[in-house]
Amino acid sequence: MTMISRQDVKRSLLVSLWFVFLSFPIMVIQVNPVERTVVWRWSNMLTVAVASFLLSLLVRVWLFRQEKRLVQVQLSPSPQPSIFHDLLKQQKFRYPLVIAGSVIVLAFPLLFSSYQANIMTTALMYIVLGLGLNIVVGLAGLLDLGYVAFYAVGAYSYALLNLHFDLGFWAALPVGGLLAALFGVLLGFPVLRLRGDYLAIVTLGFGEIIRLILENWSAFSKGPSGISNIPRPGFFGVEMSLDQAMTFMYYLMLGLLAATIFVVNRLQDSRLGRAWVALREDETACQAMGIDKAGTKLIAFALGAFWAGLIGVIFAAKTTFVNPASFTFMESAIILSIVVLGGMGSITGVIFGALILILLPEYLRPLSEYRMLAFGAILVAMMIFKPEGFITGSRRVYRFQAQKNSPILKDDE
Amino acid sequence: MDYFIELFCSGLTRGAIYALIALGYTMVYGIIGLINFAHGEIYMIGAFTAFIVATVLSIYGFPLAAIVVVTGISAAIWSSAYGYTVEKIAYKPLRNAPRLTPLISAIGMSILLQNYVLLAQTSDFLPFPELIPEFAFMEPVAHIIGSSDLVILVTTAISMLLLTLFIKFTRLGKAMRATAQDKTMALLVGINVDRVISATFIVGSLLAAIGGLLIASHIGQINFAIGFIAGIKAFTAAVLGGIGSIPGAVLGSLILGLTESFATGYVSSDYEDVFAFSLLVLILIFKPSGLLGRANIGKV
Repeated sequence: MTMISRQDVKRSLLVSLWFVFLSFPIMVIQVNPVERTVVWRWSNMLTVAVASFLLSLLVRVWLFRQEKRLVQVQLSPSPQPSIFHDLLKQQKFRYPLVIAGSVIVLAFPLLFSSYQANIMTTALMYIVLGLGLNIVVGLAGLLDLGYVAFYAVGAYSYALLNLHFDLGFWAALPVGGLLAALFGVLLGFPVLRLRGDYLAIVTLGFGEIIRLILENWSAFSKGPSGISNIPRPGFFGVEMSLDQAMTFMYYLMLGLLAATIFVVNRLQDSRLGRAWVALREDETACQAMGIDKAGTKLIAFALGAFWAGLIGVIFAAKTTFVNPASFTFMESAIILSIVVLGGMGSITGVIFGALILILLPEYLRPLSEYRMLAFGAILVAMMIFKPEGFITGSRRVYRFQAQKNSPILKDDE
Repeated sequence: MDYFIELFCSGLTRGAIYALIALGYTMVYGIIGLINFAHGEIYMIGAFTAFIVATVLSIYGFPLAAIVVVTGISAAIWSSAYGYTVEKIAYKPLRNAPRLTPLISAIGMSILLQNYVLLAQTSDFLPFPELIPEFAFMEPVAHIIGSSDLVILVTTAISMLLLTLFIKFTRLGKAMRATAQDKTMALLVGINVDRVISATFIVGSLLAAIGGLLIASHIGQINFAIGFIAGIKAFTAAVLGGIGSIPGAVLGSLILGLTESFATGYVSSDYEDVFAFSLLVLILIFKPSGLLGRANIGKV
């Protein structure tokens, strides 16, 4: 029994033929309606043919191995967790890993240029955004496609408060977060009754409404040209050069990230966190258990939005400029992909997902135009092949552990 | 009064286009309970295929009638092919997955298709060739309703009629209704549910392609991003009328089209989209099942 049979090759050839047909007008023909010329790009056809053939074969091999593994699993009942998961679980590896990681993270701006630190700051921002959205999507199971609206609320509240009232960064930080949380509740109220997919569309609509208002209400938000000259955060009035300000920004973000991880971690195991998970698993059962459904959902929205607001303020301070173009649906999609890719409901997963999705395109600049294409493909592929993400959020399982000298065990043995 | 009638006509035209797209959403939702997020992209691909074919033919100097026919047919073929393929790749493996999984897959597909067209073609707005001539008999009312508006309304009406006949009387149409009512039962009476689902995607994509072709020649320009906003609005219309209900989708689309048209005419065109989304939010708050939809009562 070989891995690839002749029939597989035949089928893949058919698939390849289908894709050649499918992509023919859009991939091959390029017209210039002004100069009235047509370019036939036949080489693209060949690329499509070869790529779809190989991809199809690859999927077939994967399916074949999956089937084989399924048989093996049935034979041996113990499940095999991933190596990565194993590595994290073992105490022996855990502490050295954590210590090495924190040393690298802490010394990052000293080791690398401020350009690198700047990229890393962005990645840290997305980790926090991912963790915030993770509360809403991963824990409470409410698919929010308009998360970027809260990010925008944070950014604009700092920009506008600074413009009109000369409010500083440190005062704007909590204000931005709280304003975003307020918007979260505002959005949460009307959608309390909606189920998953309706909720997704309404949140998407909400995100678009916020962006459209920012774009069109020029008297309020200065329209598409945005607001510039937003001051960077100060540190007790110390004068900082641009490089120093960037480094400061990095440590600021790092501190915020640490605080976020701490809070989210504590939240997960709290009464509220368990209520969220219950809500995600089964709303009706959850209500029957006496959990206040409305309140729990609203808190999830508010908390998720709070972090988006905080990061919004930091974003405004970091780039010193905001305009509505930074808050499109694509931004929401990227944050959602971070959560989905890493594994819904898992903190490690979100960190992992953000680092991959933000750093990879930064370091693969030449390929940056393929970034969104890859995003889409990854989202689809993840849902099909590994819907639980790279690192699955592990549910705390309470298991009865008999003590060695307990009388019950003796009976058992 | 003329202004009112003009706005009314342009609202109807808008509504007709939304209806063509909304039907795809509503049919798919009725059968597999999935919001096909990539449906707007299918519409965009229909418009793009039409643009490419029409421009190539006009460059090679074909007569207008031939261009219109070939363009229409190829837009329909390729849109259906894309709709079929998207279903096979992104939704079929997830038939029994939790609700969120196929939805995220659909969002991924939407992003993928948008960027595929962006990379393979261009990000610029492209001028769409004029396929609908100005009819002489329309001249007396041309200041109120244009020739292309008339073509859109007539084409949409014919499509709706054909769709109704198809759903009501053909074997496949009956199988679709049966599958929408109860998938397990349909399987038990020997309906090939997978084929019915594929057919639904194909019919929905076909209608979207007609919509894409019509709107592109009406507005006169296209771009890779037109599918997103049109898709969201058509979905709004479908929800407005009650998702899963075919007459509901048409009714919702007309209401949405008229609302937008009057809002643009009497308030401001800047807030056209805000009106559409606000309408969606309001409807979902006060009547989550839509105007003609059945209330979904959860049983434990």
